[in-house]
Amino acid sequence: MKALNLVPHDVDISFISKRVLFFAFSAFLIIASIGMVLTKGLNFGIDFKGGILIEVRTEGPADIGAMRDQLSALGLGEVSLQEFGLPTDVLIRIQRQDGDGDAQNRAVELVQKTMGTEVEYRRTEFVGPKVSQELLQDGILAVGLAMAAILVYIWFRFEWQFGVGAIIALMHDIIVTIGVFALLGLEFNLSTVAAVLTIAGYSINDTVVVFDRVREKLRKYKTMDLPELLNFAINRTLSRTLMTSVTTLIALASLFFLGGEVIRDFSFAMIFGVVIGTYSSICVAVPILLYLGLDERARGNLDGTNEDGPQSQADRP
Amino acid sequence: MVNYPTWKKVLVALICFIGLAYAVPNFVDEDLLSGVPDGLPNQQVNLGLDLRGGSHLLIEVEVQKVIDEYLESLVDTARAELREARIRYRSLGKSANNMGVNIPQEADQDRALELLRQLDLEARVSQSGDRLTIELPEPIMAARRAAAVQQSIEIIRRRIDETGVREPTIQQQGQNRIILQMPGVEDPQRVKDLIGKTANLSFQMVDVDNPLQEALAGRVPPGSEVLQMAPNARGPGQPDFMLVRKRVDVSGQNLVDSQPSFDGRTNQPVVTFRFDTAGARRFGEVSTNNVGRPFAIVLDDEIISAPVIQEPILGGTGQISGRFSVQETSDLALLLRAGALPAPISFLEERTVGPGMGADAVAAGEFASVVGLVAVLIFMAIAYGRFGLYADIALLMNVILILGALSVLQATLTLPGIAGIVLTIGMAVDANVLIFERIREEARAGRTPISAIDAGYSRAFTTIIDANVTTLIAAILLYAFGSGPVRGFAVTLSIGIITSMFTAIMLTRLFVVTWLRSKRPDSLPV
Repeated sequence: MKALNLVPHDVDISFISKRVLFFAFSAFLIIASIGMVLTKGLNFGIDFKGGILIEVRTEGPADIGAMRDQLSALGLGEVSLQEFGLPTDVLIRIQRQDGDGDAQNRAVELVQKTMGTEVEYRRTEFVGPKVSQELLQDGILAVGLAMAAILVYIWFRFEWQFGVGAIIALMHDIIVTIGVFALLGLEFNLSTVAAVLTIAGYSINDTVVVFDRVREKLRKYKTMDLPELLNFAINRTLSRTLMTSVTTLIALASLFFLGGEVIRDFSFAMIFGVVIGTYSSICVAVPILLYLGLDERARGNLDGTNEDGPQSQADRP
Repeated sequence: MVNYPTWKKVLVALICFIGLAYAVPNFVDEDLLSGVPDGLPNQQVNLGLDLRGGSHLLIEVEVQKVIDEYLESLVDTARAELREARIRYRSLGKSANNMGVNIPQEADQDRALELLRQLDLEARVSQSGDRLTIELPEPIMAARRAAAVQQSIEIIRRRIDETGVREPTIQQQGQNRIILQMPGVEDPQRVKDLIGKTANLSFQMVDVDNPLQEALAGRVPPGSEVLQMAPNARGPGQPDFMLVRKRVDVSGQNLVDSQPSFDGRTNQPVVTFRFDTAGARRFGEVSTNNVGRPFAIVLDDEIISAPVIQEPILGGTGQISGRFSVQETSDLALLLRAGALPAPISFLEERTVGPGMGADAVAAGEFASVVGLVAVLIFMAIAYGRFGLYADIALLMNVILILGALSVLQATLTLPGIAGIVLTIGMAVDANVLIFERIREEARAGRTPISAIDAGYSRAFTTIIDANVTTLIAAILLYAFGSGPVRGFAVTLSIGIITSMFTAIMLTRLFVVTWLRSKRPDSLPV
């Protein structure tokens, strides 16, 4: 009957004592990510940059070189072609044409006329400059608002120190995920924003679970040393943290390998986000509480809201 | 906790049953569903264009043109009326949202003011010094812009209906945008060509009194304009441009019908048309007075035909000939039948997915979901034994509830939406993991099974709420600011979070309690 445990129930890893190491590592990741974005830049997709994307399938294996010659001769500016999943599938990206949406439209027409009807047009998309700008603004706004709303919620449910800790961990995850996109040159588009927001949700979810335990222990063990208490809370939730990460990763891996080419980058972003989110909940969000003055005063406040003592919260029906 | 009230059991069972009932149509052949009466579950999940294939176009109506044209016509009428009233004026012209004129002689100003007032009773006329200004109040301008968008939607719908595209959706977005979705259309080029034309048709006399050369050199006589000839309207020896009277004798609004046809003598494709009564009378008069002179048929500022009037045309019918192909005449006839757009439109965005791509995406998405689901089911069963199986049933129920909810709400399922479901599958068990881990811990701390389970559920509860609300916040903002397929992701993620809280907390608890009451175990199988 004894079932699987990912970690022994009496696990006691000293996370808090290694916090300087974690902070150094995270600081490195953040600086490297920002550096990557600044120097290498993000590979914006047409959603945010405007432009044209056409996916075609040819009869036999595609002759990408010939296609490139054919399309480059049209004078549409930068044209990039890449094999997409199968040797017969080619993804064509064409830079945004000067002018409005209609200019993109005319270019699409020209390309389709040039390539003729021998190829199957699997996808044709263009985004004009007006819309791409709006999409970018909306994307930034959505991420910003999501972070603000989460901060307010955590603040409301916990002490402010927890809110700050959660947001720092959250920004850490978002920045590093974006950094990886810059490093690997993956396309950054609307789906990526969706992935980033989901990562935000997941990371917070993870952090909240550990925080919840910290809060509970704060009420229960009033005299326990804070570093020791934080470590205790991490270890007690470690099994759950890893369990949930594993089930989520199982599902995402299935999506990554079997879900098709179009959502592969999206799945990758989320897989990376789950890993970094799990790491940050344990190694960033909790240790940082030590530096935010989560002191005896905070404990007193927490306890003060709960005059019946520590048990009543837990034993609530 | 061990007492699970009957009403709660009934509620849980009822929700599961309803979810199942609404999910079932997705596994049934579509033909079978048409026999199911409304009110009963008979709807399948609404697939987005990225999954079923089709074309999505975002269109902008250039509403400012409506105001521009209005002001331009005001200027023209004002000029004519001022001249007729023999009032001296200077600097007659329009700006972005008003038109103005200077009346140097004070004696004329009152008369001019009254005259301008009569131009449009809705407009506001004001005077400062010798400058008279006429403008529309903002609410009226806004109403005209809105009307232009509404009318554009109507015209676009008419044009698309004529092309035989099935089930198009045409919706207004924001103030002056239109979203056009056409399932199953893999090459929207023809549709774009058709709806992209303003199709403003007018019949104007050719100005034969003034030399074209002068006008081309920049000295255009007042009341006339230089227009380009459409390539296939130009007969041999005809010029690229023509000097045409600005005055519109009859416009496309006077058309009641228009059909593609063939010329009886030359057998060339032509478009025949019929005027309404007012149009027929006007055209009869004009043609009677101008026999032997050429007139121009102008479409969107381009001359598509410039025939010479051979005899008075009194029947109210006519034909447009040129070197058209059969396709061109049928398109032109269609445009004339459907009417002109009140303002030009432009395409801001297009997303077209071919049917093969959509089918592949559905197949890959389904496969990935099933594999992911089965893998998580197996993992949970291994990790938590009997309780894991309970969680598995809850997870399956969760997927069914998501499908049911999507079907009822007729929310659009997109490819990222499928990803949302797969992600939910992975995250849905989180609530159960939290509860089970807590139960393990409490049991280890020496509690009896009943007490451990009780504590596990109640202590994990707040954590579950806090954790899920934060994810829900992210999902809702994604819905609010996302567009297209990404919204589909937000929808499935939100639905999944809510259903997973229900299944993980209420449903597994029902199983656990039932098991506890029947077996009264000494130790826990987690």
